[in-house]
Amino acid sequence: MIEFDVGLDLFPLTAGVLAAVTCGVLGNFLVLRKQSLMGDAISHSVLPGLVIAFLVSATLNPAVMFLGAALAGVATVVLIELVKKLGKVEPGAAMGVVFSVLFALGVLLIEQAAARNVDLDAGCVLYGQLEMLWWNSPPETMQEALQLKTWLGYEVEPALTDPATGEIIRDAIVRDGVPRQVTTLLAVAAATFVFVGVLFKELRIAAFDPALATTLGFNATALHYVLMIAVATATVASFEAVGSILVIAMLVCPAASARLMTDRLKPQLVWSVVFALASSVIGYFAATSVPVRFDLDSVNAAGSMTVVAGALFVLVIFVSPSHGLIARAFRRASLSKRIAYEDLVAALYRAAERGEAGLSQSQLVEMGADSHLTSAISRAVKAGEVARSGDQLSLTETGRVVAANLVRKHRLWEDYLVTRAGLAPDHVHESAEQLEHIGPAPKAGPSIDPHGKPIPGESRDT
Amino acid sequence: MTAQQTQQDSQSLATTRPEHSLESPLSVHAMTVAYNRKPVLWDVDYDTPANELVAIVGPNGAGKSTFIKACLGLVPTASGQVEFWGQSYRDARSRIGYVPQRESVDWDFPVSALDVVCMGRYRKIGWCRPVTKKHKLAAMECLERVGMHDFAKRQISQLSGGQQQRVFLARALAQESDLYFMDEPFAGVDAATERAIVEVLRALKDQGKTVITVHHDLQTVPEYFDHVILLNMRVVAAGPVAVVFTQENLQKTYGGRLTLLSEASEAIARAASGRR
Repeated sequence: MIEFDVGLDLFPLTAGVLAAVTCGVLGNFLVLRKQSLMGDAISHSVLPGLVIAFLVSATLNPAVMFLGAALAGVATVVLIELVKKLGKVEPGAAMGVVFSVLFALGVLLIEQAAARNVDLDAGCVLYGQLEMLWWNSPPETMQEALQLKTWLGYEVEPALTDPATGEIIRDAIVRDGVPRQVTTLLAVAAATFVFVGVLFKELRIAAFDPALATTLGFNATALHYVLMIAVATATVASFEAVGSILVIAMLVCPAASARLMTDRLKPQLVWSVVFALASSVIGYFAATSVPVRFDLDSVNAAGSMTVVAGALFVLVIFVSPSHGLIARAFRRASLSKRIAYEDLVAALYRAAERGEAGLSQSQLVEMGADSHLTSAISRAVKAGEVARSGDQLSLTETGRVVAANLVRKHRLWEDYLVTRAGLAPDHVHESAEQLEHIGPAPKAGPSIDPHGKPIPGESRDT
Repeated sequence: MTAQQTQQDSQSLATTRPEHSLESPLSVHAMTVAYNRKPVLWDVDYDTPANELVAIVGPNGAGKSTFIKACLGLVPTASGQVEFWGQSYRDARSRIGYVPQRESVDWDFPVSALDVVCMGRYRKIGWCRPVTKKHKLAAMECLERVGMHDFAKRQISQLSGGQQQRVFLARALAQESDLYFMDEPFAGVDAATERAIVEVLRALKDQGKTVITVHHDLQTVPEYFDHVILLNMRVVAAGPVAVVFTQENLQKTYGGRLTLLSEASEAIARAASGRR
């Protein structure tokens, strides 16, 4: 079913998961500040930063590359602010201008660098190279797996050199350990979680109410830049392994899905990590194991993780417990069922008041009962509140108590709307009809409603 | 002119302003604020008397909110000085509370009413420390003072406009400040909330605090406030309501907006008869 090979799958999967959760947790603050596009902007515009850092230092030294990318990230944020202010355009347009130009600049620079035989490729910027992270010499026994040197990598045999000429006859035989991309991601993920954990309160107030945060001494602008540096760092660390598409998706999708699952920030952070984890793990195996079963080639894992992140978001739109479409439809349906029930017993109460023995279902339909009537009748009969004889329906003693309370509420509302809200007596029935189904009744009122009908006394269920 | 000279000048200027006493919670001297080189506030001089409820009134665009934001350093001033009890804002920060306009924040934000009130205590809690139970209890007390303790766990979008305003007020109380700036706390609230806010304002005054409030409803100025600043780009008049809240000054502040003025004159007449 699911194929997992330590050599082929362990590091790509780990890299994908680490990139996803790191970007996922930071994304919460971007989404809440309505700056989701900022992740898009930064993840694109770190490219020229990387290339310039490389061209200046002429090494692929990760520390130098990091510095270049982080600087590019901050420069992006500053540039966006400047374009917004000086160009007098909306924030989205400012971000669009800045990141597309910077990204294009990065691509041009890469082409220049490529001309000089340098291993930088515009394609892997988008999709990353997760599949390249395989482990040449994974541990074969448990004992080996428990040894630190297996993970760090070590030299098995030194290189052989010709003692006379000093020429290398055979390269050193090494066992490779955890690849640099994965160790970098591990460090950045840990740093990100510490960052969010320690500055949780500050990030929350700066996102919610920047003016108050600043007056309290938590400079919201400074915190904004600190957050942007964190995003730039996470982006750069993730970039090489998973590419910019997954980074952008993970900065938005898990946070957006998590927001629909809860109304508090801490649970939202936890949910976003859950969604990031789920997207990356499901996405990875969907890319590697599933196509093989149908005799197809495996597909790009980063792309598959992104698709899963989007699919999970769509799923959450439907199934979220409080904000989901299904939950909302269910609530609406149960409300209209309850209203049909209450309208039924109230109609029977009013019929009894007029001296009629009961009402038939067709009479009730004529009076405006809707499609929920039949089920309301059978529930009322089962509950022992309505009695059926032939086609005539009437209230039982317990049903009368329930109905009296409803009619009391309706007529108290009519009285309230006339005496307090100053509406004419012939204008209040519709409003009272809605108010009787929601909210509590007005505290007290007279014993006669505006239309001269008696208001039943308060009676309790027995 | 060298920087040193400038400093000396401003120092000598400070000594030549005897009205800037250490007791005054807020002293504004020659403050000018401009947006895009257009002045919004022009040469504002104002000293707040201690322990009074002060209303800032003026037409739309008069710079009322800007005045508050400039005092709190949220918008840059082009010139002038602001002092709190003779200190800079930086030094006096912990004694100053702020209630922004309700529309200034996103009420869909995933926080509860209690979370928002706890934010008022963040300065006391300090950087990088979590909100402890002690601070949550203090925040609960503040919610209770505005009659909102039953709504502590509610997400803020599930509150009515008036309830949201009361949460903001509770947050200000949680700051335990000596001077409060409130930006239109009465805007669009229900009668119950208006009563609750007035009660809180009076309680604050009884505790010796000073409150400066942007206020839109001229009719209620004499009833709710002791002092008033009539503002329209510059200070038209400022002082005790009984002295400066006059038809003539309002005419100068609002220009020809007569409907407002007739309402206000009613209020003035009521206030005058109340004094007699």
